Amino acid sequence: MLSSGFALIFGLMRIANLTHGALFMIGAYITAVLVRNGTSLFFADIAAMLSIAVLGGLIERFILRRLSGNSQGQVLATLGLSFIAADFCLMAWGGDPIPVSTPVMFQTPIHLLDLSFPTYRLVVLTIAVIIATLLYLLIERTKIGAMIRAGVDDMNMARAVGIPASFLFTTVFCLGAGLAGLGGALGGPIFNAYPGLDADMLPLALIVVILGGVGSLFGTFVASFIVGFIYTFGIALVPDLAYVILFLPMVIVIAFKPQGLFGRVIT
Amino acid sequence: MTFALEVKNLCKKFGGVAVTNNINLQIESGERCLIIGPNGAGKTTLFNQITGELLPSSGTVEVYGKDVTYLPPQARPHMGLSRTFQIINLFNHETAAHNVVLALLGVSRQRFNAFRKLSVTDELYEQALEILKSVDLSSSATRKVGEMSYGEQRRIEIGLAMSQKPKLLLLDEPLAGLSHDERLWIKDLIASIPRSTTIVMIEHDMDVALAFAEKISLLHYGTLIVEGDRDTVVNHPKTKEIYLGH
Amino acid sequence: MKNWRQLLILCAVFVLALLPLYGDEYFVNLASQALIAVIFASSLNLLVGYAGLTSLGHACFLGLAAYLSAWMGINLGLEHAVTAPAALLLTTLIGMVFGWIALRATGLGFLMLTLALSQIVWGLAYRWVAVTNGDNGLSGLTRPSPFGIDLEVSSHFFWFTLLITLVCLGLIRQIVQSAFGASIKGTRDQPRRMTALGYNVWAIRWFTYVAASFFGAVAGLLYVYFHKFIHPSVMAITMSAESLLCVIAGGSGTLLGPVFGAILVVILKNYASAYIERWNMLLGFVFLFIVIFLPKGIVSSNLNFLKSKAGKKP
Repeated sequence: MLSSGFALIFGLMRIANLTHGALFMIGAYITAVLVRNGTSLFFADIAAMLSIAVLGGLIERFILRRLSGNSQGQVLATLGLSFIAADFCLMAWGGDPIPVSTPVMFQTPIHLLDLSFPTYRLVVLTIAVIIATLLYLLIERTKIGAMIRAGVDDMNMARAVGIPASFLFTTVFCLGAGLAGLGGALGGPIFNAYPGLDADMLPLALIVVILGGVGSLFGTFVASFIVGFIYTFGIALVPDLAYVILFLPMVIVIAFKPQGLFGRVIT
Repeated sequence: MTFALEVKNLCKKFGGVAVTNNINLQIESGERCLIIGPNGAGKTTLFNQITGELLPSSGTVEVYGKDVTYLPPQARPHMGLSRTFQIINLFNHETAAHNVVLALLGVSRQRFNAFRKLSVTDELYEQALEILKSVDLSSSATRKVGEMSYGEQRRIEIGLAMSQKPKLLLLDEPLAGLSHDERLWIKDLIASIPRSTTIVMIEHDMDVALAFAEKISLLHYGTLIVEGDRDTVVNHPKTKEIYLGH
Repeated sequence: MKNWRQLLILCAVFVLALLPLYGDEYFVNLASQALIAVIFASSLNLLVGYAGLTSLGHACFLGLAAYLSAWMGINLGLEHAVTAPAALLLTTLIGMVFGWIALRATGLGFLMLTLALSQIVWGLAYRWVAVTNGDNGLSGLTRPSPFGIDLEVSSHFFWFTLLITLVCLGLIRQIVQSAFGASIKGTRDQPRRMTALGYNVWAIRWFTYVAASFFGAVAGLLYVYFHKFIHPSVMAITMSAESLLCVIAGGSGTLLGPVFGAILVVILKNYASAYIERWNMLLGFVFLFIVIFLPKGIVSSNLNFLKSKAGKKP
C-alpha cells in the first residue's frame, strides 16, 4: 500500500515524494492516538486514511503546485516536509513508541493445517489484496483511472485532449497519500508508532518501486511481495545483514534491466 | 565501390508498428541526398538509427564500408559522422565560441584533460573563431547563444557539425523555423560545404531543398516509396498521390 | 571585476588563517567544522551543480571513510599514515561501484538509487554491531600527528583542516576549469548534444561521481579526526540533506556557492540548536523557503543584486 501510493505519485507526476514515509508514520500515529483514547481500530484506520489524504492534497495544492516544472525543487520540498513532519511527530507525541493494541477479536491465532498464523496479519494481508484489487479496478476500469493512465503515459498529450491536469494531480496525490496513511494505520498494531518509522519505511517504498518498475502498478504489487518476503526472512535469518539482503535483488535487477521488472524507462 | 552511407533493410518496430520498414539507401561519397516525406513518415527515426541513438530492430547501417549498426552513438563522430537536430539544442548559457570549442574537443584527446585550465587563449579558441568566421558570426563569439536569434543559432549549429570535419553530415530540417532570408543564408552555407563531406538532409521546404539535392528519397509510413533525381521524384505519380492526395 | 574578487578571497582566507590568534577555542573549533562542511558540500556540488546529478546519498562516503579509518585503527592497530590513504582508496573504490549502480538511471531514478544505497550503508552501520558497534558508535579515536605536529591542539587542527580545504578546493577548481570540466557541464546542459559531439556522457558522469566520492571521503576523514568518534547517524538522510542544502543555499554550479552555503548552515545549526530543540524542523523550513523563494541560491541572488546596484545587468 505504501509503495503503490508512492508509485502512483511518481508515475503520474514524476515527483519522488520523499514525504511518503512521514505520511505513513503520521497515519500510524493518528491511529495509535485514537485507539489509545478508545476509538475502535476500524474507525481509527479510516480517520487516519482520510486525514492523511487531506494533508496530501494540501501539500500538493500549496507547495508542490508552486514548483511545477522544477522536479529537483519538488523533491527537495518533499524532503524538507518530511523533516518538518518527523520533528512534528516528535514534538507532539514524544520520543517513546506508542503501541497500538491489536483488537481483541484478532488476538487469537488462526490454525490452518498444522500451523498457526497471527490473525491480524492475515487480516492486513486480506485488506491489502482487496485494496490492490480496488486500485486495479479504479485504474483500469473507471474514467478517472483512464485519465490517470493517460497522464502517466504522456502528460502533455493528456492535457491536449482536455484532461484536467491540476484536478488529476491533486486527486492522485490525495490517493497516494491516503494509501500511505492507511498503510501506516493498518501497520500500527504490527510496527507501533515510533519516531523514525518514516526513515525505516521510505527506503522500502523506494526499493519496491525501483524493483517493480516505474509506470507499472502491477510491478509495484509484485515487487512489494518480493521485498516483503525477503525483508522478513532476512531479518529472521541474518538480522545484521537484512538491508543487504534486501538490496541484492534490486541491484541484480537494475544491473540487467534498469527499468525494473515491469517498468518502462525512467525519464 | 564503397558507399559513404549504405543502409540495408533497416527496420524499427515499436510494438507492432514499423516506423521504418525495410529501408534501403545507397549514398555515394560527396553526394547531396535529400529525404522527404510527410510528417510521421519515419525520417527522423531513420536518422536516429544512422547516428546510433536508436537501435534498429533489424537491418544494418554501414559508413564507408564499416558496419556501425551497433556502434555506440558517441563513437560515431570519431568516424566522421556529424548531425544537426530538428530542435536546436545548443548550450544556451555559454558563449558561441565555447559552443564551438566543445565541438572541437569532442573529437580531440584533449577532452580528457582534467588538470589544464581551458582558457580563452588556447589554440582551440583560435580554431573556434575561424569556424565562427566561416558562418559569419565572428562578431558574436563572446555572446551567449541563448541571446542569439534562431537563425544565428542554426548557423552556429552547422558550424559545430562542420568543426568536427565530418565525412558524412546529417542535417535534420535545418531550415525549420527560419525566416525567408535566414533560409537563403543557410542554403548558401550548405551549398558551400566541400564535396569531401557527403550530405544527407531531411527537409520540408521544397523550394530550397529540391534545388540542393542530387538524389531524393521519398519516405511514407516508414517505407521508401520513390527514389531518384529531382525530376524523377517530382513527376512520379506516387509523389503526387502522397503530397496532394490524388 | 575578476581581480578584485580574487583579492577579496585572498584577504578573507588570510583573515581566516589568523583566527586562532584572535578567536577563542570555541570559534576555532566551529571554524574547523565549517571547513569540513565546505569540503563535503563542494564534493557534492561536483555532482549536483556541475554534473546536474542530484544525489541524496552522499553522506555515505563521509561515513564510510570515517568508519574505515576508525575500524582499521582500532582493530588492526594501524597508524594514521596507513589508515588515511587506505580509507580514501577503499571509499573511492566503493564510490566506483555505487556510481556504476546509481548511473543505471538518471534524474529521479538516480536520486532514488543514491538514496537507497546510502540508506543501506546507514542500516548496515546500525545493525552490524559486531563491526561498527551499532548505536554506540566507535569512540576513543585519535587524531593523526603529521610530521610530529600534535593535532589535538585546536589551532593546529584548524590550520591542518584549512590547508586541506584549500588543496581540495584548488583541485576541484582545476577539474572544473579544465576541458574535462567543460565536458561535465556540457553533459548537465545538453546530454544528447554531447553524445552527438562524441562525448561518452555516461563515463563523464561516472568519473565525476567517483571524484565526488573521493572528496567526500576526505571530508569524512577530517570529520572523524575532529570528533574522535563516529556514529551511524552521520550517514542518515539528514546529513545528506544538510549538505544538499549547503549546496543549494549557496548556489550550485559555482565554486564559492557551497563555501558560503556550508558556512551558513554550520553557523545556523550551531546557534539555532541552542534556542530551538527541533533542528530538523528548522532545516525543513529552510529547505522549503530556499527552494520556493530562492531557487538560485543565496550567492547567485546576491551577486545579481550587487550587479544591479552597480548598474550592470544581472
